Amino acid sequence: MRNMDYIRNFSIIAHIDHGKSTLADRLIQYTGGCDARNFQDQILDNMDIERERGITIKSQAISLPYTARDGKTYNLNLIDTPGHVDFSYEVSRSLASCEGVLLLIDAAQGVQAQTLANLYLALEHDLEIIPVINKIDLPSADVERVIEQIDAELGLDTDTNLKCSAKEGTGIEDILEAIVQRIPPPKGTPEAPLSALIFDAQYDPFRGTVIHCRIMDGTVQGGDIIRFMYGGATYKVEEVGHFLLTRQKRERLSAGEVGYIIAGVKTISDVRTGDTITLENRPCGKPLPGFKEVKPVVFASIYPIASDDYEDLAVALEKYKLNDASFIYEKDASVALGQGFRCGFLGLLHLDIVQERLEREYDQSLILSVPSVRFRLTLKDDIVLYVDNPSHYPPQMTIAKGEEPYIRASMMMPERYLGGVMKLCQEKRGMNSNLNYPEPGRAELIYEMPLSEVIYDFYDRFKSVSQGYGSFDYELIDFRDSNLVLVDILVNGERVDALSQIVHRDRARACGLQACERLKEEIPKQMFKIALQAAIGGEIIARTTISAFRKDVTAKCYGGDISRKRKLLEKQKKGKKRMKMIGNVSIPQSAFLAVLKSDTD
Amino acid sequence: MNLPGLYIHIPFCRTKCPYCHFYSTTDLAAVDLVIPAIVREMELYAHEFPTFDTVYIGGGTPSLLTIQQLEMILAGVRRHFPLAPETEITIEVNPADGDPGWYRSLRRLGFNRLHLGVQSFSDEALAFLGRRHRARDAFAALDNTLRAGFDNFGIDLIYGIPGQDRPSWRESLACGVSFLPPHLSAYQLAIEAETPFCHSYRRGSFDIPGEDGSLAFFLETAAYLESEGYEHYEVSNYAANPARKSRHNQKYWDHTPYLGIGPGAHSFQDGRRWWNHRSIEGYVHDLAAGKPPVAGEETLSREELRLETLFMGLRTARGIDIAAFRRKFGEDLPRVRRAIIQPLMDGGFILVRDGRISPTRRGLAVADQLALAF
Repeated sequence: MRNMDYIRNFSIIAHIDHGKSTLADRLIQYTGGCDARNFQDQILDNMDIERERGITIKSQAISLPYTARDGKTYNLNLIDTPGHVDFSYEVSRSLASCEGVLLLIDAAQGVQAQTLANLYLALEHDLEIIPVINKIDLPSADVERVIEQIDAELGLDTDTNLKCSAKEGTGIEDILEAIVQRIPPPKGTPEAPLSALIFDAQYDPFRGTVIHCRIMDGTVQGGDIIRFMYGGATYKVEEVGHFLLTRQKRERLSAGEVGYIIAGVKTISDVRTGDTITLENRPCGKPLPGFKEVKPVVFASIYPIASDDYEDLAVALEKYKLNDASFIYEKDASVALGQGFRCGFLGLLHLDIVQERLEREYDQSLILSVPSVRFRLTLKDDIVLYVDNPSHYPPQMTIAKGEEPYIRASMMMPERYLGGVMKLCQEKRGMNSNLNYPEPGRAELIYEMPLSEVIYDFYDRFKSVSQGYGSFDYELIDFRDSNLVLVDILVNGERVDALSQIVHRDRARACGLQACERLKEEIPKQMFKIALQAAIGGEIIARTTISAFRKDVTAKCYGGDISRKRKLLEKQKKGKKRMKMIGNVSIPQSAFLAVLKSDTD
Repeated sequence: MNLPGLYIHIPFCRTKCPYCHFYSTTDLAAVDLVIPAIVREMELYAHEFPTFDTVYIGGGTPSLLTIQQLEMILAGVRRHFPLAPETEITIEVNPADGDPGWYRSLRRLGFNRLHLGVQSFSDEALAFLGRRHRARDAFAALDNTLRAGFDNFGIDLIYGIPGQDRPSWRESLACGVSFLPPHLSAYQLAIEAETPFCHSYRRGSFDIPGEDGSLAFFLETAAYLESEGYEHYEVSNYAANPARKSRHNQKYWDHTPYLGIGPGAHSFQDGRRWWNHRSIEGYVHDLAAGKPPVAGEETLSREELRLETLFMGLRTARGIDIAAFRRKFGEDLPRVRRAIIQPLMDGGFILVRDGRISPTRRGLAVADQLALAF
């Protein structure tokens, strides 16, 4: 038998909370990938945020050596996948590296929204799907019902159904055995020219970028000169190896294997997920299919709360960027908020994650401007501008034509949610819809929509309208004419440029009013009345007022009251320090964030 | 530097008022345990403080005590501490307590200032506040005070009580003024954390005036009392003439040292503040072991002292002494805080004159926020 026959590459996919990370931990423990001393719950989700939110942001891989009942030892490569539409491309590359998936289903909750959405994804990649019923230890577990669902709703084979309790560690061996028996070994020819699929990359402060890849054909080893087929650059391989809990150096990686390559790549941005690695002196004919240039679609500016912290922020961004290839940034300056950075993100969740990680891991206090897409403006002198930053929006009178990016959204869902989803799409200026039934009961709805409508709250609302059963993916199609205006927000007459937004004229008033109302809720009362206004040029389109303090003084303040009172005031003072002064008004960070939140939050 | 003040906390009440957050117990059996402990505590501090020129017996309800018990306490004071000539010696009195003889005896013991917890002259309001006394008791107490010959006394009144409208408050106020008290305190009812009122307020059992309503009460009170000749010298305090301001309470607002004796009492000296156990057991236990019954302490940083100076200074009509502030904190407020001071002046919240930054009446109404502005 060939070496490849002892390899299985797989992913675990599941609805949120159905126990994906716990099962991964058990598989790792069972196969001795880790001893108890090093064991940290949910090893694959190794960032704090991932653990708290219970979602996987970055994919990770690990090799599990497993001696099967046939007495032979197999290398089971578990490739973890992120779980949000912002990262759907990364998911697709991870799945493209596998031959099969474990589809995990909670024994009490049964088939849920993402179970279906994930199943559709796996089907697209033509993967072997092994349903696994988890949490059979729960009192409310109803295994029989779940088996019926797997048969009826998922249309999957239920002859050999796998049951486990990842929490208690039961049924793990049967799962490992099923991986060996049912997932086909990888195909590929070790002797062929190298083609390896990059599905992830990580930054190591000592070694540079660590490329995670699946070797499709050929072999790679230390000393080889490799070339990224899309990126174009060439590097000399320093080291290759497998992922156990830590990196394990190997002589070579050959067809079918999952592992890492270290090749002196300085920054992670030089490595693009989905790119194909080949050998410089013996290249493969064509790159692997499915590569997409991942481009940021959402832009926002980041400012430090205290302008003194600008340098620290610059350092933090530089460090952060090392580990997030999809994040881009450049210098930016705001009249209201001082020096900052204009940043590009894959989507709003990505933006949230970047912000949270900067705050948590790099201890930055940030203010974000309202996120925007990139618009195309044709000026009267025929110059074409791409503008994603409201501060760079030219005077309205100079603009001949405004255009905004459109996407083609494709949404899969059980038929019963069609009505609600269609209504939502129309509200979001969707057009040219198209409805298909890939199979009975499962609808595919296609809409063309402005990207700007999708980035704010579309995904959350789509999930809620389809009760989580829908899957959503989109691609950018083109720019289309749009009647754009710049809405400014004025605080006591002073324009806060970080709160400006470029919007469709029909949405301007609602958008301005909402921003004013949000600010009113978030900006604390001050000594003076605060006027909040939204304006297009000189025209005020919405306004509201925050009243001043009228009475705020402790009635009694004697010996025993003083320390207590001082502590209360210190707390307020600390809060105020975290605010940004605009003119004579202190605006808390939460106000900037509130303006960008959706209605439904 | 002003001479320090001595505060003695009597932590006993017959009944607990649901709005009050000061430490006290209704277990009156412990009185005979606590009084000797109080005297012992004074002994521990006998050489730590120079001469006092104020003694203030508060609570709790010090008027629960008999003349003999009060005599023990004052004897302790005199035994352990030197007092300045004409020391202001105040006792808080609940109008429900004391007969004419008791008041006369207070004079004999050396008390020269009474502080009457009248709170309201409306029986309805008194009932709501859970007070033991009614309006007629307040009249009797005032009568006793005057008959016993106290020429220095103050009365406490509360506004913002649920159900109390402005005319009825005006009536209580006018009633108080009719006795020509040399001192008047008008407190807005505050919902203090962890009091029964706090719980019922959170449950929505009653409502209190909002900011606009409170401001109207406050401004009307100040305008009326000033028209009656009172000086509005602190947020909630009024004096018929400068000599009748509470000499003792003023010490709290300008960081004059004070020694607090008794369970739960706070003390302040040389930038250090400490406080006694808020329990009779802990208090008596420590003293029995011969050690100060201190539950906690803090040494104020410069920043903390600065904030206290600001928020306490801006509670008083005199405001903040610019030169003294500069000497203490190295900060010339009018110069370095120009951008803050000017709009506050323009807005009518403060005045800068005679070397002081003083709050106006509207400034006093928002004194806590004024302090935070700096």
